[in-house]
Amino acid sequence: MSPDDELRRADPALGDRTEQTGFGPTELIPAATATLESDREPDGRGRGTGRSQLARFRRRFLRHRLAVTAVVVLVGLAVVCFGASWFAPYDPKTQDLLLGPVGPSGSHWFGTDDLGRDQLSRLLYAGRISLGIGFAVALLSTLLGTVVGALAGYFGRATDRTLMWVTDLFLVVPELAILAMALKYFGQANWTIMAVLAGLFWMYAARVVRAQVLALKEHEFIEAARAAGASPLRIVVRHILPNAIGPIIVTATLAVAGAIIAESTLSFLGFGVQPPDTSWGNMLANAEGSIGTDQAYLLYFPGLAILLTVLAVNFLGDGLRDAFDPRSGRR
Amino acid sequence: MVSYVTRRVLLAIPVVLVASFLLFVFVRATFDPTARLREGRGGVAAVEHERERLGLDRPIVVQYGDWLGDFARGDWGESERTRADVFTTIRRAMWYTLQLIFWGVLLAAIIAVIVGVLSAIKQYSTLDHTFTALAFVGLALPPFFFGLMAIEFLGIRPKEWFDLSEPVFYSVGLHSADRTGFDLDYLRHLALPVLTLTVQIIAGWSRYQRAAMLDVMSADYIRTARAKGVPRRRVIWRHGLRNALIPLVTVMALDIGVLFGGVIVTETIFSVPGMGRLFFDALTAGDATMLTAWTVVTALFIVAFNLLADVVYGWLDPRIRLS
Repeated sequence: MSPDDELRRADPALGDRTEQTGFGPTELIPAATATLESDREPDGRGRGTGRSQLARFRRRFLRHRLAVTAVVVLVGLAVVCFGASWFAPYDPKTQDLLLGPVGPSGSHWFGTDDLGRDQLSRLLYAGRISLGIGFAVALLSTLLGTVVGALAGYFGRATDRTLMWVTDLFLVVPELAILAMALKYFGQANWTIMAVLAGLFWMYAARVVRAQVLALKEHEFIEAARAAGASPLRIVVRHILPNAIGPIIVTATLAVAGAIIAESTLSFLGFGVQPPDTSWGNMLANAEGSIGTDQAYLLYFPGLAILLTVLAVNFLGDGLRDAFDPRSGRR
Repeated sequence: MVSYVTRRVLLAIPVVLVASFLLFVFVRATFDPTARLREGRGGVAAVEHERERLGLDRPIVVQYGDWLGDFARGDWGESERTRADVFTTIRRAMWYTLQLIFWGVLLAAIIAVIVGVLSAIKQYSTLDHTFTALAFVGLALPPFFFGLMAIEFLGIRPKEWFDLSEPVFYSVGLHSADRTGFDLDYLRHLALPVLTLTVQIIAGWSRYQRAAMLDVMSADYIRTARAKGVPRRRVIWRHGLRNALIPLVTVMALDIGVLFGGVIVTETIFSVPGMGRLFFDALTAGDATMLTAWTVVTALFIVAFNLLADVVYGWLDPRIRLS
């Protein structure tokens, strides 16, 4: 039995440890507890108000000021980065060798590097890649992980054991090492980076979904559906997954954070995004030599960008988790 | 207890074997030892000759078998990058890395337990909120950025600000020139790398510990103890903490892999000649021999640590042991 199973057996209240470090706060109580969204919810405001789930969810979410702020920040960042061609004051590739490196100033809000390139513009364009990879990896890995996790959880036995075995296999080698080596093999184009990262991250989603499916499988409404003659596919898609959507979305959100950190670390080490493409991690690699010098600002901004994004994503994930299952959160 | 341990060991062996096989195949496929020759003047014949000499033309399983035999006997080959003996290089590097990991885990465990328990006991207090905020930031900071900032603000800047002759915390290696042993110099070198290595882990573990402690505190047996009149402090210590530590052990085991990955970044930034730096150098240079040995050794260590954690876990929680 893996430590996970033993943990779960020993203390069911602790549920499934779904987060690995780098993923976000390890509030682990909610993930495996089934959250059946029935129409009657003890929200203390009278019974059966008849509100739709979506409305109730929206209301719970909006009560989290931090999470709402996080959404605003993320949307702002996304708009500014993906719309860099409108927002960037300069062309990121234009060099001004006569100017050289200057600190933050009126004409260059984030300063320039030693080739005279405007840092703010570079940051915005790099954000496209960093954020793009983050979102894409989260989407891809969650989709893949959901499919595999659902299969493993529902059909059990061999599929399940294979899945558990595969994930255990990947636990014995450090992630960073696997990712770096895989990128050496598959190449370092941006799409490849996306695919390789997703190729590792799907396992987290698979674990979460598997746990959810296992928990939900035993409920009576599933048995009823089976008795009514529903095919396994229909049961999983129409009955189980909609009830598991909470933890799935939360995992997807946290995957964004994990992917951004992973990509920036890989790029920083030189194993990820390659020049002339820029990502935030790339920029930090270039700036490594400027520690302790006047050009230290070259480090602050890309790093803060990463920090801000990941922080916002984590707050969002926390808010979502509480909104999906208010009973679980202990703030 | 013995049977429990044996069971865990026996389960671990196939995992290591399969992992080592996959890694062997993967490294072979990624890096071609004859690559340099291909660009040379020897032509196809020279390349073929080298392939035969290295045994690359045999079926991959046979190659793996050979390699495994050599590995078990301690012959890990020669580094393609430095021509040094791989076994000695790795052993030296592992010594540095184990230092970082040892101090790291110690520090992280102590801080995480203290922070987690305090947060749980004083839930929703300002202290709790502060720790929560710090944990969030810690989890959101990429470790390499934290390391760079640590060097900047804890090493170099204070030297300027306070006009010191040397930085308070060093950022290169683990010892100053020709000093060894455990002394203040060592600690000044250790501080920043260990902190960088463990920042995310401390944040994660303390949240975990807080949640585990909260769970335990709301359990029935705690209520019974309080109802019986056991003083609050004793309840927390003898009943609450003991039981809340158990899941932490599992988490610690699962995070060992993260630590081994983290050293790659930490050692590169702080120029510590450990396993992480070794990996970085080997991968950058395409040193296949070193990489194969490195990955398998690391896997063995991770498995060993997991086993250790399982044993500790079984010892702490009799319910597991007796299953």
